[in-house]
Amino acid sequence: MDEASQGLAIETSGLVKTFGNTRAVDGLDLRIPKGAVYGILGPNGAGKTTAVRMLATLLRPDAGQATVLGYDIVREAQQVRGKLSLTGQYASVDETLTGMENLVLLGRLLGHRRAEARKRADQLLAAFGLTEAAGRQVKKYSGGMRRRLDIAASILNTPEVLFLDEPTTGLDPRSRSQVWEIVRAVVAYGTTVLLTTQYLDEADRLAARIAVIDHGRVIAEGTPGELKSAVGGGTVHLRLRDPGQRAQAETVVSRVLGDVIEDDGDKAALRARVGADADVGADAGCDPAAVEEAGSQAAAERAAHTLSELARAGIAVDAFSLGQPSLDEVFLALTDRPVTRATDARSHQEVPA
Amino acid sequence: MTTTVSTSSDVLAAPSREAIGAVLDPTSRPPAPGALAASVAFGWRALLRFKHMPEQLFDVTAFPLVMTLMFTYLFGGALAGSPREYLQFLLPGILVTSVVMITMYTGVGLNADIGKGIFDRFRTLPIWRPAALVGALYGDILRYLMASLVIVAAGLALGYRPGGGVAGVVAGIGLLVLFAFAFSWVWNLLGLVMRDEKGVTNVSMLLLFPLTFVSNVYVNPDTMPGWLQAVINVNPITHLVAAVRSVMSGESNPGEIWRVLIASAVLTIVFGSLTMRRYDRR
Ligand SMILES: Nc1ncnc2c1ncn2[C@@H]1O[C@H](COP(=O)(O)OP(=O)(O)OP(=O)(O)O)[C@@H](O)[C@H]1O
Ligand SMILES: [Mg+2]
Repeated sequence: MDEASQGLAIETSGLVKTFGNTRAVDGLDLRIPKGAVYGILGPNGAGKTTAVRMLATLLRPDAGQATVLGYDIVREAQQVRGKLSLTGQYASVDETLTGMENLVLLGRLLGHRRAEARKRADQLLAAFGLTEAAGRQVKKYSGGMRRRLDIAASILNTPEVLFLDEPTTGLDPRSRSQVWEIVRAVVAYGTTVLLTTQYLDEADRLAARIAVIDHGRVIAEGTPGELKSAVGGGTVHLRLRDPGQRAQAETVVSRVLGDVIEDDGDKAALRARVGADADVGADAGCDPAAVEEAGSQAAAERAAHTLSELARAGIAVDAFSLGQPSLDEVFLALTDRPVTRATDARSHQEVPA
Repeated sequence: MTTTVSTSSDVLAAPSREAIGAVLDPTSRPPAPGALAASVAFGWRALLRFKHMPEQLFDVTAFPLVMTLMFTYLFGGALAGSPREYLQFLLPGILVTSVVMITMYTGVGLNADIGKGIFDRFRTLPIWRPAALVGALYGDILRYLMASLVIVAAGLALGYRPGGGVAGVVAGIGLLVLFAFAFSWVWNLLGLVMRDEKGVTNVSMLLLFPLTFVSNVYVNPDTMPGWLQAVINVNPITHLVAAVRSVMSGESNPGEIWRVLIASAVLTIVFGSLTMRRYDRR
């Protein structure tokens, strides 16, 4: 391990996996620090599951390399397995068994004696709020309970690296926040968590760093804040005093800022992204903090400029705000997919990957 | 689907960060289990699955019973003068046929099982790699034993009187179960290679019907044309039946017994290692 790799839990370079003609993972480079949540954000089919399965030694990469805590995922697969747990996208528990039986089985597979395995299962079921369901078959569990059991199984022997592949997809809001609590507890313990998600707020809330992936490649990487500012300055929200001036206002705003996003059903409300300024990244060099700084400064200037242009055109504004871009907007801008049904050519922002 | 679970107790029992933090540090972290302990744990899983899906056992009891009754009364009078007399010849053969037939559930079961996420968890454990498959076979052995007992019991009730006595029957079943264990690796491989359960079933049937019918199970091949006898002679089931028949009748044929033992070893080594290669590569 070289010095730069010391603080890394996972390092990949040029990882590739193809299925027939599909390049599911296409040259993936990741450097995942120890002891924090690292988010992998990507749409359906981006290659998240394929990447996780390779790192968890379930799939053999076609090219490239990866290490987990310094162990090579192909040559030292068994050592890697000793360090990790996986909660897969699709329940990695046995649905025909009860919750208790699942945990006892796993306890025995991890080397516990039967009585010990039972004790540990009892503890975990209690901590995860599943004591009452312990004797029920997992196929009769709700989605949230199943997830909790699945994660409980993953921390039976608390691993050094925990993979959670879309742990909250399909869960209701309460179950999601329960999963978030669990993730925070596990990270506080010192485990490195690699979490994939399609939910932007989830990555934003939990992850210290995020890699946005699309078509099997990293298209952006950084802290949630860095990503937001690398993409653009956020969104301007306007409320017009006279909705009748909307058409005029749109013309002004789109001249200054680029695209205007319509707000459904509210004629007085206008929303516009303060688009990415290609110069910002270049001016600020590579220092992420500087990029963020320069990004928000430019955004504020452009927003202010918008306001004065509107005033010059004689359009009265009741309310005005400049919001940090949501991760949603970051993601959509990076993957170059339209934000709303607006398909105006101007709304396409070219963002360097 | 979730109507039964949104109870108030579920809300009350919602996990807290503190509660989870408290159970994170396990009191003991034992070393990974050895090959035997790991496969025994998977054997226990197979037993639990029987407990939850007892209908699985229907195949291994009803099917052999029907086979025994049907062939005894269908062919008995015509082939050997009386069903009772025919049964003395047929029973070891029908025993072999039934057990060999149910070995195919190994592949079907594995195929259904491995598609589910649970195998991802098993495959990320730092344990002896074949443990999950070997453990499942322990469960299968239990099924082979059950089917064997059902058939022998039915045979005894219908008038089967083995010359080898209890020892002969036990040895015959032992030999058969050993072969079935080895033969199951063929289905394990098939279960891993095929896309879905239906494919596994179809291919299994396609292989099993000729294997069990083009053999010495139902009649002595002496009266058949020479080319057919040649085919029957290369069929491993023929030798298995000859060996089991000899042991159960009390006149063991060491040549046939050795062939079965060697065939079992070869099947296990060849198909076992092909299976494990495939298992690791998925
Ligand atoms: N076993 C497979 N055989 C063939 N193609 C596959 C296989 N697994 C994945 N793919 C393809 O590889 C691509 C990436 O899939 P992957 O499951 O890794 O995406 P994902 O980011 O996890 O998506 P999702 O959010 O839907 O889970 C997809 O185009 C998918 O169809
Ligand atoms: Mg996925």
